[in-house]
Amino acid sequence: MAALNKHIHLRVNGVSHALEVPANMLLVELLRQRLRLTGTHVGCDTCQCGACTVHLDGRAVKSCALFAVQADGCRVCTIEGIGGPGGLHPMQEAFRDCHALQCGFCTPGMIMRAIDLVERSDGLDEQAVREGLEGNLCRCTGYHNIIKAVLQGQEAMEADDD
Amino acid sequence: MQPFNYLKPSTLTEAAALHRQADEPVYLSGGQTLIPAMQQRLSAPSDLIDLSGIAELSGIQAADGAIRIGAFTRHAQVAESAAVRSAIPALARLAGRIGDAQVRNLGTLGGSLANNDPAADYPAAVLALGATVHTDQRAIAAEDFFQAFFETALDHGEVIRALEFPRPRRAAYRKFPNPASRYAVVGVMVAEFDDGVRVGVTGAGPCAFRAHGLEEALNASLSPDALDRVEIPHEDFNRDLYASAEYRAQLVKVMAMRAVRDLFDP
Ligand SMILES: Cc1cc2nc3c(=O)[nH]c(=O)nc-3n(C[C@H](O)[C@H](O)[C@H](O)COP(=O)(O)OP(=O)(O)OC[C@H]3O[C@@H](n4cnc5c(N)ncnc54)[C@H](O)[C@@H]3O)c2cc1C
Ligand code: FES
Ligand code: FES
Repeated sequence: MAALNKHIHLRVNGVSHALEVPANMLLVELLRQRLRLTGTHVGCDTCQCGACTVHLDGRAVKSCALFAVQADGCRVCTIEGIGGPGGLHPMQEAFRDCHALQCGFCTPGMIMRAIDLVERSDGLDEQAVREGLEGNLCRCTGYHNIIKAVLQGQEAMEADDD
Repeated sequence: MQPFNYLKPSTLTEAAALHRQADEPVYLSGGQTLIPAMQQRLSAPSDLIDLSGIAELSGIQAADGAIRIGAFTRHAQVAESAAVRSAIPALARLAGRIGDAQVRNLGTLGGSLANNDPAADYPAAVLALGATVHTDQRAIAAEDFFQAFFETALDHGEVIRALEFPRPRRAAYRKFPNPASRYAVVGVMVAEFDDGVRVGVTGAGPCAFRAHGLEEALNASLSPDALDRVEIPHEDFNRDLYASAEYRAQLVKVMAMRAVRDLFDP
């Protein structure tokens, strides 16, 4: 009955996977080590920094604070799933345009959280963006350009919807 | 991380039975406290019993004078619930300010209460609103539930099933958040009922408590000025690198005054 390994099914960036995973494997370990989706970063490993943020059934979560078995039956979306070279997501484009990254370590998590934030609210102002990004830390930029990028990304995402 | 058995019961009876059979079992709810603790080797269970498959732990039901919230309800669900926002808006607002969005998308009401972190937000609401903690075995009054630093009235293996919050005339919550974690350095909920005012304080002491001195003053006169002269005993208050016990006592008063002001101007 109890087992150290578990069979799970999940959809990652639109692709279905049936996998056997150790019960103690974190979702971020599954994504990076098993599926080689290394765009999702590990900054702290203890739920503080937000670098590992992905979407679980459409909501931003920290994938270092969730076991892969808990994602059984769920949809997962990572930075690789939203856009790539040649077809950037409007939020990625805005980060590039606004110089919203330096080392880039926090960027995938920032962008995944920013997309979730914009999709869940309308007409965010600067203060709302600052509060909305409370779970994501950046050690380089001082945040100003990140905030600018999220506001610009919001506009671009809303224009895309029209 | 050390290996463990992962178990996912679908009923409370099954969960309790699995708990009895295991060596060092731990229930898993939203995992936002437990999983970081396991990462840091502060917790090393032999068996992890995931509560997410138990249907009766979910759901929000509004009745006449109260609202009942299942233990597995995520902080974000409480914050967004139309029923909670209309019955007890202060509770929805409190939930919407716990930690950050990612934590609120996974963390649950039951997990927060079972954990009883001295700086957690919900305990202030449970005490101020006089909520009842329903477990798989009994009903526990708010005053009896929070017992000491990270200690509750829950017995070994007992599961929180739901919280029942009586609906106040009005209520307000103010917290002074730690700027890094957003946990409460001090948080105060003031709730006015037909039969008087109740004040729940978190962050200040080893666990949340009712501030009877503040309640007396507010029952005499429900206004921020009424709190001006109240002494806040702080011998056993927390002192850490964020705040001294004296500073926390001052914050209790100031947060309470602001919450009272919010009652009149929400
Ligand atoms: C970065 C960060 C910031 C945070 N900021 C805040 C904040 O500002 N305010 C705040 O209040 N909290 C904060 N938290 C804590 C957060 O709210 C957690 O979600 C909560 O404390 C634990 O709930 P959980 O559902 O995640 O429980 P888990 O981590 O799954 O479990 C916690 C404990 O409770 C036990 N348990 C869980 N459910 C039950 C149940 N139904 N019956 C019996 N026992 C049970 C578990 O066995 C475990 O021991 C923060 C956490 C993080 C990581
Ligand atoms: S790596 Fe997950 S929050 Fe830092
Ligand atoms: S760009 Fe370096 S951490 Fe944010």
